[in-house]
Amino acid sequence: MEVGQMQRQWIDYTRSLFIEGFLDAQFLQLEQLQDDNNPDFVVEVVSLFFQDSHKLLNDLTVALDQKSVDFKMVDAHVHQLKGSSSSIGAQRVKNCCIAFRNLCEEQNIDGCLKCLHQVKQECCLVKNKLETLFRLEQQIMAAGGSIPLMELSF
Amino acid sequence: MTQVMERDGVVSEEVHVLAVDDSLVDRKVIERLLKISACKVTAVDSGISALQLLGLDEQRTSESDDFVGLKVDLIITDYCMPGMSGYDLLKKIKGSSTFREIPVVIMSSENILPRIDRCLEEGAKDFIVKPVKLSDVKRLKNYMSTATRDVSAAEAGGCSGGGGGGGGGINKRKLSDTTAFDYLSSSPPSISSSITPLSSPSDSSSSPSPSPLSSPIRSLDSPIRRLKMTGAD
Repeated sequence: MEVGQMQRQWIDYTRSLFIEGFLDAQFLQLEQLQDDNNPDFVVEVVSLFFQDSHKLLNDLTVALDQKSVDFKMVDAHVHQLKGSSSSIGAQRVKNCCIAFRNLCEEQNIDGCLKCLHQVKQECCLVKNKLETLFRLEQQIMAAGGSIPLMELSF
Repeated sequence: MTQVMERDGVVSEEVHVLAVDDSLVDRKVIERLLKISACKVTAVDSGISALQLLGLDEQRTSESDDFVGLKVDLIITDYCMPGMSGYDLLKKIKGSSTFREIPVVIMSSENILPRIDRCLEEGAKDFIVKPVKLSDVKRLKNYMSTATRDVSAAEAGGCSGGGGGGGGGINKRKLSDTTAFDYLSSSPPSISSSITPLSSPSDSSSSPSPSPLSSPIRSLDSPIRRLKMTGAD
């Protein structure tokens, strides 16, 4: 596939991620922080997020599995996950966390378990999407092309 | 990573910011935001660490002269942290005769007015609602200068954006600030963005590569055309 095609594919794919709500403007902020001196910034931050979220999701699973659930602790974990997902622009994960916190407040175990499942799914989804995006970027650069600038004009 | 500078030593041109946040992701982001805005950054994960670096921790019997603490021009801290909160850190700094002149900025993911008021009353220069953006850091540069190392900071109130709405004078994030429009280059991509079917990129001829998220080495063969931030206004 030639570079122009790959670039068009990248544009369409990126656009779809915004339209479908996987990413929000904060992700674009991260892209702007990347330059020739820090060419891997976005991948690095995103990797950190997934390491972080992996641990948090495990902790949440354990916490909700207890006979007597410590909702304060559950909320603390969700708060953390909400924060980091917000910082990388992972909108759907963040929104899930917001709903999750409400359920913690209500001390609704069933609701929390459902939400946990949903958050896990959303993390998985956005991880796959971003991996695809980064792979596209690698291919473009390997072919000697550059990544187009993205504007939120839709 | 941490630097110990002489109190009476050379004042470097770059402002030095001490960033405090227990979240690794947020630390990485704030560090980059500050560096790209021409600031020197020291990032720590707790209020205690921050106090230790400054030489203000309780281990010391006095803020003695034989310990040379970190010279900073601004402290930016998360509010919600385990152990010592950003608010506690703020109080400690403002309670110190040596350090109370350093502007302190609080960050929080929660836009809670009483919390904002409390922080400002305690002497915080500004309050940033997360996620932190370049526009927030740009705003901070207004009250960051190496001069604050020697001169007491003017009680400028810190919050641009007048007394709009309840809560008095906070530069709350307006809708326009939540988009990245003002940072993006006005020149559109040189590729026309026609709609192509979203085929899986694995159709391409390249051999399967390892997950990019576990091997973040990218090809640097071609210059990456990204928006270059000049940092300064």
